[in-house]
Amino acid sequence: MLRAERLTARPNWSAPAWAEELGRFVGGLLLAGAAFAVVLLLFGKDPVKAYAEIFQGALGDSYGWTEVLVKMIPFVLTALAAALPAQLGLINVGAEGQLYFGAITATWVALTFGDGPTVIVLPLMVAAGFVGGAFWAGLCGALRAYAGLNETISTLLLNYVAIRVVDHLVHGPWKDPSNFNWPYTAEFTQAARLPVLFGSRVHLGLALAALAVVLLYLLLTRTRWGYEMRVVGGNPEAARRGGLPVGLYLVAAMAIAGGLAGIAGMAETSAIQGRLRAGISNGYGYVGFLASWLAGAHPLRIVVTGALLAIISVGGDVIQIAVNLPSSSVNVLMALILFGVLGTRRRLEAAR
Amino acid sequence: MIEVVVVGVLTGAIRSASSVLLATLGEIISERAGITNLGVEGSMLMGAGAGFAVTAATGSPVLGVLAAIGGGALLALLHAFMAIHRGANQLASGLAAMFLGLGLTALIGAPYVKANVDGLNRVAIPGLAQLPIVGGMLFNHDLLTYLAFLLAPALWLFLTRTRWGLFLRAVGERPDVVYAAGLDPRRFQYAAVLAGGALAGLGGAQLSLAYTHTWFEGMTGGRGFIAVALVIFAAWHPLRAVVGALIFGGAIALNFQLQTLGVRISPYALDVMPYVLTLAVLLVWGQSGRRAMPEGLRAVFRNA
Repeated sequence: MLRAERLTARPNWSAPAWAEELGRFVGGLLLAGAAFAVVLLLFGKDPVKAYAEIFQGALGDSYGWTEVLVKMIPFVLTALAAALPAQLGLINVGAEGQLYFGAITATWVALTFGDGPTVIVLPLMVAAGFVGGAFWAGLCGALRAYAGLNETISTLLLNYVAIRVVDHLVHGPWKDPSNFNWPYTAEFTQAARLPVLFGSRVHLGLALAALAVVLLYLLLTRTRWGYEMRVVGGNPEAARRGGLPVGLYLVAAMAIAGGLAGIAGMAETSAIQGRLRAGISNGYGYVGFLASWLAGAHPLRIVVTGALLAIISVGGDVIQIAVNLPSSSVNVLMALILFGVLGTRRRLEAAR
Repeated sequence: MIEVVVVGVLTGAIRSASSVLLATLGEIISERAGITNLGVEGSMLMGAGAGFAVTAATGSPVLGVLAAIGGGALLALLHAFMAIHRGANQLASGLAAMFLGLGLTALIGAPYVKANVDGLNRVAIPGLAQLPIVGGMLFNHDLLTYLAFLLAPALWLFLTRTRWGLFLRAVGERPDVVYAAGLDPRRFQYAAVLAGGALAGLGGAQLSLAYTHTWFEGMTGGRGFIAVALVIFAAWHPLRAVVGALIFGGAIALNFQLQTLGVRISPYALDVMPYVLTLAVLLVWGQSGRRAMPEGLRAVFRNA
């Protein structure tokens, strides 16, 4: 089955089911933690020290936890980008590319209308980021709906394309000549920068991400559209015979999902970087997919799993220095967590 | 002049195609048994990273290639356990394997990032390599490239002409029939996924040891995902996989030739070609392929 367990309008909150699920989840986490400790030992690193550094670094001071919030913004948005299509039985593994494409369109607005007032420029950038990501994902949705091209593969491959389009722009047409030949665009004007909160790096994207969580939850649980999307996910053939515009729903879900990832790209460029450059996202879209998967594609649970992965990610930046590990080695921990949770999740299918 | 370019593109196409071809053949085996593995990307990385690290540490490319096979298969084993024994979602498990490969090879390869190894050099086949034009094009490659292109017809013969090949295909189509015949379908699936991982690892080794002679994080750049796409294009047929891999390799080789010729196109724009071309061939010829999809996969790729 492609989907995580279905998001139901009335989740089963009965104590035993809830407790068992939580127990399995925590069990999977502990298993993954133990496995990562073994990996660290194999590479001659002290796992106790590494874990201490991860938690100390991510949660030990206000810098740490504000950084966790900063990372949560793209993680949650890209997780939602995977979660919405999952309701329709679609696999969107392209949030990474959609994030980059949203960054491109938002940057175009910033570079073109950056002299305007903030109240106009910023909303325009958010809209542009949404449209950019929506286009990139909607393309895959349309190819799937009307040409039968598998969206798992098209979204994956278009990630590589979007990243190279950014490379092309920042090395070529959009390169700022006054920037010592670095492959960056010109720095955005103040009007095109998302404001930061609490005097930290946390930015207004946090509010956008929170809004997206709530809106998506309401869409899926309280509206006819959400209900019909889940019908499409449950049985597309029945939905089609029932007169639902299945193709339209597939495209729309992908487009909205990509739009959310595109907003993440807008936020990263506008708030964190202040310009477009290569590598604005270090695999955020893939981490978002993991977060969505761990959350069973449930928008509210994504906040929890997004926070968990953000802690690990911030911790990873810390252990890079403290234990001398490449920062991407936290990918090992993230993958093991997914394996741990997959491995301990209740079996939904009988083995063939 | 034009002849030099054409020969250059064709020679380059073969060299660039072989890593993807090995991975594609591996994925064909796996999917023919009803298990799809997006972790091919991770297995390729394991092959590239472990193969390079062992070669650099021991000086022996043979040990490196063995390590690549082992690394690729080991990662696939984890996926096989999740997919076959735990009934986990195959796409999620495969992506987790991709992530694990990415992270593990970052650890394994870190000391060797700036290293350079002799690795696998080209071996000209005596006699044949001296033939005009085609000699250099076809008969002056590294051993893994020869292996990749010989493996395709061998795998075709195995799948269509042997008992075990028939069983393997039956597992992917109707596991219950295989079970009724007194065989355990799961054993075939484990063997198929492991073989797939081993071949992907071999493809990774070709990339780091024979193609670039270097290692850097994430060096496969989506070749594993390309392989998964090419399996659909190839309609699960090993010989059609050769065509798909050559199209991909040709795009890379054409890039390279255009850049050396000084054509004024952004190199990043040219870099996009292999991915776009793969999607395009899938779009145009993928339809006929989908009908050939093993029954057991339909539950995974629940295509409308």
